Amino acid sequence: MLEIRNVTKTFGGFTAVSDVSLTVDKGQIAAVIGPNGAGKSTFFNLITGALRPDTGSITLNGADITGIAAHKICGAGMGRSFQRTNIFPKLTVFENVQAAYIAHRGRGHNFWSPAESFYRDETEALLRSIGLWDQRGTIGGIMSYGNQKQLELGLALASDPALLLLDEPTAGMSANETHDAIRLLEKIAGERHLTLLFTEHDMEVVFSIAQKIAVLHQGRKIAEGKPEEVRADPEVRRIYLGHH
Amino acid sequence: MAAQFLFSQFLSGLTTAIFLFLVASGLSLVFGVLRVLNFAHGTFYMLGAYIAWQAVTWLAPAKEAFWPAALLAALAIAALGLVVERFLFRYLYDKEELYQLLFTYALVLILGDAAKMLWGTAQLSVARPPVLDGAITVFGTLLPTYNLFVMILGSVIAVGFWVILQRTSAGRMIRAAAMDREMLGALGTNVGWLYTGVFVVSSFLAGLSGALVSPIKAIVPGMDVEIIVEAFIVVVIGGLGSFWGTFLGALIYGQVLSFGILIFPRFSIFSVFALMAVILIVRPWGLLGRPLK
Amino acid sequence: MSKRIPWTLIIFLAALTIPWLGSRYYTFLSTQIVILSLFAVSYNLLLGSTGLVSFGHAAYFGLGSYACGLLMKELSIPFPIALLAGGLMGAAFAAVAGYFCVRLTKIYFSMLTLAFAQIMWAICFQWNEVTGGDQGVSGIPYPELGWMSSIPGLDGFRIGDYFYIMTLAICIVCIWILQRITNSPFGRLLTTIRENPERASFIGVNVHAYELAAFVIAGGFAGISGALFGIFNRGVFADFMFWPKSAEVLIMTILGGMNHFWGPVVGTIMMVVLNQQITSYTEYWPMVLGIILLVLLFVFPGGLVGAVDAGLKRVTGRAGGRGDA
Repeated sequence: MLEIRNVTKTFGGFTAVSDVSLTVDKGQIAAVIGPNGAGKSTFFNLITGALRPDTGSITLNGADITGIAAHKICGAGMGRSFQRTNIFPKLTVFENVQAAYIAHRGRGHNFWSPAESFYRDETEALLRSIGLWDQRGTIGGIMSYGNQKQLELGLALASDPALLLLDEPTAGMSANETHDAIRLLEKIAGERHLTLLFTEHDMEVVFSIAQKIAVLHQGRKIAEGKPEEVRADPEVRRIYLGHH
Repeated sequence: MAAQFLFSQFLSGLTTAIFLFLVASGLSLVFGVLRVLNFAHGTFYMLGAYIAWQAVTWLAPAKEAFWPAALLAALAIAALGLVVERFLFRYLYDKEELYQLLFTYALVLILGDAAKMLWGTAQLSVARPPVLDGAITVFGTLLPTYNLFVMILGSVIAVGFWVILQRTSAGRMIRAAAMDREMLGALGTNVGWLYTGVFVVSSFLAGLSGALVSPIKAIVPGMDVEIIVEAFIVVVIGGLGSFWGTFLGALIYGQVLSFGILIFPRFSIFSVFALMAVILIVRPWGLLGRPLK
Repeated sequence: MSKRIPWTLIIFLAALTIPWLGSRYYTFLSTQIVILSLFAVSYNLLLGSTGLVSFGHAAYFGLGSYACGLLMKELSIPFPIALLAGGLMGAAFAAVAGYFCVRLTKIYFSMLTLAFAQIMWAICFQWNEVTGGDQGVSGIPYPELGWMSSIPGLDGFRIGDYFYIMTLAICIVCIWILQRITNSPFGRLLTTIRENPERASFIGVNVHAYELAAFVIAGGFAGISGALFGIFNRGVFADFMFWPKSAEVLIMTILGGMNHFWGPVVGTIMMVVLNQQITSYTEYWPMVLGIILLVLLFVFPGGLVGAVDAGLKRVTGRAGGRGDA
């Protein structure tokens, strides 16, 4: 489904990502891990078009999405959540998700009808499925961090993506919150037949749900495969000793 | 003949440039550290000129009243800056940028009218200090000694400023704050006093420039708006927050103004903004600024 | 703001009663308030809805005045067409300036809007042949309003009253249109841009395109309000476009409250009334305005409407949400 071929990105003299290739199959849950500075965020930004790779290509279901403009990625079937929560702080939870539907379904060209009547059913269904329905009237910016992360997910899901990119989905969460978040992710991915690609620091999370793991180190991919294979890889063990 | 004329235009452009640099450097400093475009900077400049005039008038008939007057003006404006920052401005730091901008605009309105109340609307001027009341001849053109003095003083201040930024710990803090002030706060620096210090220095420079310009230009209401617009252009050309950018911007703008008026007499009111627009469209971070995120 | 009270209708009816008070002064003041309210509401589409701080909105106001005034005076174009031309003029120039401005953010955006506005001002100020230069265009004719006396209930008014009623009708319709735009899906997506432009693009919003659209719409309605103002003023002058006018509309909007649709209208009423009262006592209106601005910034940052709203919330005990679902 998602094919990344030989992408490289250099900033000035510094090579953040160097000749990395990765394939994610439909319905798979894949993770990209690596110590700090390995280039994970840059790699993600390359996939979502926030940065343009110097070399290499990225295709989604056969369509070339290298360097795609940000507002086109959800049209391409890709959704993204962010490491720092990135929601619409002064809108309510309901309005946040509703806006995402309005944008994705192309209703932004409507200058006349009242926005509040659009996509109410879809918004309700989505909020119920991610467990935020009883917070629907809460202003986004005042919610707890965990709830904001859930809303993040909701925003990404509203564009009905086939592929979901999650940048450190459990960053800053307590053990309980992490557990709930991961269960939710699995449930959603199953219900919607999503393909998931995420990056994480929390190794327990990674090994509990990822089916395929790629390991980056100093911009290069040094290992890839099923969790057990990666766990046993000597190179991976070497670089992670002391980091985990 | 033509060469002489060109040279005199060049010198005039250079005087304007150094002088603008003195004004714009304060503006650039505040922007770099506090991230606010201080509209009231031009008003502080104007008040510096008025206070210098007032001081000279009080000290008359002393011959060399100009020097203490200029210093007094600069210090008075620095004190004004201190009061404004400590008692008012700092409470807006966590508010939206728009509110900070509006605050500086409110100062323009209030202080501008205060100047009218105190000094009326007639044009005032200050005599050049006798020791500098003459002219020298450079390559056949006449250069007033006072202008030469301003040029030298301006350059000295520029170099001094740069040395302070590069070599002292205060300077290092200023440069660090310009890059990442949250980090600086996290490192334990008293960012509050740093802001106050920067604002006070900027005010001092504004007041000093105002005082220094009083023998050359008429002191009149509206000079605050005129200068703030020119200072904007200078910092935009050079790059907001960049020290040498401001200097370069001032040099370039001085010459553009000097020669532009020859080519297109109705140049100034149009050109200033056309130039600003072109730079903002083509290269918003200016010549030496950092590219925008 | 999702109360079902038909504020637009209420305000229209309230404003409509002014001519019956029989005072030339009140009618004069109200005409000014109505026209400038439209100007401020158009500005708030940029500021309050989209989060764009323009320092040059008065340019489109001024261009609208010039277009309408010149067409009516020099070419005897009928008022309805000239009015529309004023709006189109504002929209067209806003499109040109906006195209470049939306590519910038924050202070750079603001400064470029100012630069464009000042360039337009400078051209109008100097183009003596067309715009009359610094003398402006005077003697703009009133539209033909005699027909209004045949409307039942409306006979016996002065021409100033007829102009007021017509202006009120035009402006309330325009404001109503702007209200529908603000509450439409388009308007909702503008708020996402205001809240978080990066996130907005990732949910599929082409931020530059939406900002440009908002800029053009705002410029168009500013042009219409300018056209009306030129006629009201019997003359069009370049300082309609000069930067303090842009500062004024910004202050009017914030004074009333940029977070509420009717905030700018409240702010306009306050500004016009205060200006009239204070300038009759003192020439130091700028200082008074500056003090008002300080009070606003430190005490009532949400503007008057914001303060009232916050007060009401405290009284009725609602907090942290809206009954929006």
